[in-house]
Amino acid sequence: MAMLYSQKVMDHFANPRNVGEIPDADAVGEVGNAVCGDIMKMYLKIDKETETITDVKFKTFGCGAAIATSSMATELIKGKTIKEALQLTNKAVIEALDGLPPAKIHCSVLAEEAVKAAIADYYRKQGREIDFDLGCGGDCEHCGH
Amino acid sequence: MSEKTARFVYADNAATTPVSPEVLEAMLPFLKEKYGNPSSLYSVAREAASAVEDARAKIAGLLGAKPNEIYFTASGSEADNWAIKGAARANMAKGRHIVTSKIEHHAVLHTCEALEKEGFEVTYLPVDSEGIVDPDEFRKALRPDTVLAAIMYANNEIGTIQPIKELAAIAHERKIPFFTDAVQAVGHIPVNVAELGVDMLALSGHKINAPKGIGALYIKAGTRIKNLIDGGGQERGRRAGTENVPYIVGLARALEIAFARIPELERVRALRDRLIDGILSTIPYSRLNGSREKRLPGNVNVAFEFIEGESLVLLLDSVGICASTGSACSTASLEPSHVLLAIGLPHEKAHGSLRLSLSHENTDEDVDYILEKLPPLVERLRAMSPLYEEFMRGEKIFKV
Repeated sequence: MAMLYSQKVMDHFANPRNVGEIPDADAVGEVGNAVCGDIMKMYLKIDKETETITDVKFKTFGCGAAIATSSMATELIKGKTIKEALQLTNKAVIEALDGLPPAKIHCSVLAEEAVKAAIADYYRKQGREIDFDLGCGGDCEHCGH
Repeated sequence: MSEKTARFVYADNAATTPVSPEVLEAMLPFLKEKYGNPSSLYSVAREAASAVEDARAKIAGLLGAKPNEIYFTASGSEADNWAIKGAARANMAKGRHIVTSKIEHHAVLHTCEALEKEGFEVTYLPVDSEGIVDPDEFRKALRPDTVLAAIMYANNEIGTIQPIKELAAIAHERKIPFFTDAVQAVGHIPVNVAELGVDMLALSGHKINAPKGIGALYIKAGTRIKNLIDGGGQERGRRAGTENVPYIVGLARALEIAFARIPELERVRALRDRLIDGILSTIPYSRLNGSREKRLPGNVNVAFEFIEGESLVLLLDSVGICASTGSACSTASLEPSHVLLAIGLPHEKAHGSLRLSLSHENTDEDVDYILEKLPPLVERLRAMSPLYEEFMRGEKIFKV
């Protein structure tokens, strides 16, 4: 079945922002699994004084929407504080991309969860209690794996 | 992605094909002046009626059938539905068991699933790693209450060709009717119903340069089958609906051309082999899906590790190459291709598969262009794949 992607999705897929790794990242989060066909890995550089995300990079295995939502999520959280980044919802990612086909909504959920997983890693490293919902634990019923 | 590309290569002929100029030319009079309803009595209608019968006779001749054994349908899917539901329901007194394979087209699989809801029992036979049904397993699956066997001739995803003649003979030892979905085979490899010994065979027009929306079902004389579409008395009372005269004429013309061209497909086979060898030798961690030998002349289906097929199809589109993927993301479901899973690919590899299907219209330059463009695109996706990153670091060991 053909998917109709918005121009924004195609732009973020064809020219993804912030692709790569941060070797000395302060936090790394990975969500999804290869069985379902989507894995997102997000690297954050965080200023400890202001708790601002000064740099963010991602690597994604997945369809066009998975790459585009990863790219958009990194744009939306770059320069934000981690508190602000935790407010990022999958709906905000979808809106920023001018919409996603219904079958691809799960990609935006993964993007939100990748950000949260990375911030959770930061909390863990700091010995802080994780006081927010991580979302998918890899066993949600959506993909059945 | 509609920017002008250096070249446009249509390599998705298993999905559909363009209507050829000869076919269109044959159809046009029946869209214009010869518009009569074949059931009417005046001359413009008689012309339409005789065109339908000419087309039927031509198609019967090509397939080795009798004209009264050819029935026109609106699609290959309708022909599949009719054959399976019609034969199953006509033989309910004998039993309610059907044997098919795990790699059938959804037009067959979902039809069988619908019959399961009506109380039929269906055996979905596994296939080997090349996608071939084992005749011994087929024989073992047949039961006294089996009323139909349905095995596709050639697979739409991986191009694998089944031993239909042998399977049909085994079914007939038990007096079980044998149906084959030959939508991908007809016009690509020789198909003769008498030689194959099948009782029913489905074909579709748009895979062989006829328009979308026309198909046919061969029903051997004497085969018990109920109607799927009731109504007027068209198709000798077995398939209602005013005959789609221009499309029927187009289908016959397309089949004539395709059958005459089969010897020429050796050239397509050579293109296919060069494409397969070129991909496998230049792109590491890639593998051919399906049989190397028992394969449709135009089918290439390759799995690339660490990447997902839809992304690759979108990138190929950006350089003017039309291809497809059997992966989950091309459909509304997250499950990867049932065919690739059936030949034993793990989910993650099934997600990264690409189908390129060539036709007589493809050239050496097309293959050169694909071989030039594909490797860097795979590399580009791998460069942003966390799976590839982990693999290169040796964090996880993948079996290739």
